[in-house]
Amino acid sequence: MDTRTQEFLEYVQSGGQVETGDWMPDEYRARLIKFIEMHGNSELMGVLPERDWILRAPTLQRKLALTAKIQDEVGHAQLIYRVVEDLGKPRSACLDDLVSGKGKFHNVFHYPTKTWGDVGVIAWLVDAAAIVSQKALLKCSYAPYARIMKKICWEESFHILHGRDVILALVTGTDEQFELVQEALDRWWEPLMHFHGNPIPADEDPMVTWRIKSQANEEARQQFLEGYVPQILELGLTIPDPALRKDEESGTWLYTEPDWEKLRAVVTGHGPASEERLAFRRLSREDVAWVEQAVLAEAA
Amino acid sequence: MIYEVFRQERKGQPFQHAGSVTAPDGAFAEIYAREQYGRRQESVALWLVPREAVSEIDEFPDEFELKYRRVDGYSIKARLHEARERAGTLDMAPGAASE
Repeated sequence: MDTRTQEFLEYVQSGGQVETGDWMPDEYRARLIKFIEMHGNSELMGVLPERDWILRAPTLQRKLALTAKIQDEVGHAQLIYRVVEDLGKPRSACLDDLVSGKGKFHNVFHYPTKTWGDVGVIAWLVDAAAIVSQKALLKCSYAPYARIMKKICWEESFHILHGRDVILALVTGTDEQFELVQEALDRWWEPLMHFHGNPIPADEDPMVTWRIKSQANEEARQQFLEGYVPQILELGLTIPDPALRKDEESGTWLYTEPDWEKLRAVVTGHGPASEERLAFRRLSREDVAWVEQAVLAEAA
Repeated sequence: MIYEVFRQERKGQPFQHAGSVTAPDGAFAEIYAREQYGRRQESVALWLVPREAVSEIDEFPDEFELKYRRVDGYSIKARLHEARERAGTLDMAPGAASE
């Protein structure tokens, strides 16, 4: 490693932050682009499972709230792709890579939504898992990303409440409604345990070394379990992992080791809904191409 | 074109840099900024500035160490002690034991 890179590394490791125009090592830039682009892709792909439910949401209030949440998530994608653009990769290139299957997005958006219970579990628990990661990104060494994360976290807190409200309405309803939530939780527990990634130790994780991420994967998962397992159990729901328990001595949550090979397969486009979602994204990209042309012609 | 967006959260507060939008012209930039930084009533005002209109200064050399212009340029403790001694007012100094 050359001196300049070494100095840069020491700077970020001592809490220093980097701005768009500052010099940065190529590896740092490449890792930022890959990570932030995946975040943008996830925001954009994450609205597709929810979009399916706007027309099927049970009340007008729910339809409106769901629409607002979707609007927020697409807005997050806009903010995030803008950060990627300043790092050197244009938004159109991100979208090209996304629809060609080269770009990645979060594992949870590769799964289908079977019932309204799934929508509640996604809005509550998937967003809760996401906010654990996003709050840690408020300390990202790349300042422009950390700054927009403030706005994103602020909006996510409304999403979690919306999700929790959907779940509470169902678990206080009929037995059939309660069962919808239990079944959805059974389906979503594995993807939720996959969400924060394999437990690579912080000192071996290059994302932590560069201070792009401020916490290890396992730390994020523990934080999620600590915050949400009690909230799930108090509703009388059963978490589909008999091994899940808190070791009171060490204060850590123990659980059945998730299948990490399966996670790898899902995020490389082999999830149960990967194909369908990408096909839809491709279709909508073609459908709205005329808007971009019209806007650019109007401005010219 | 890239427009830098500054937002004011409440009247009387400073405008703070929020992020940027890409837009083909100023009219579109206004629409995008309104949508991305104001649609949830999180701002009372936005400023849009084309990126190339921003001139940045980020070096402030202090070759002569002009410390006399800053508070850390003054160390008055020893001299104050001497002055109080001379005036016989050491017991009036803040923190001096009073009987």
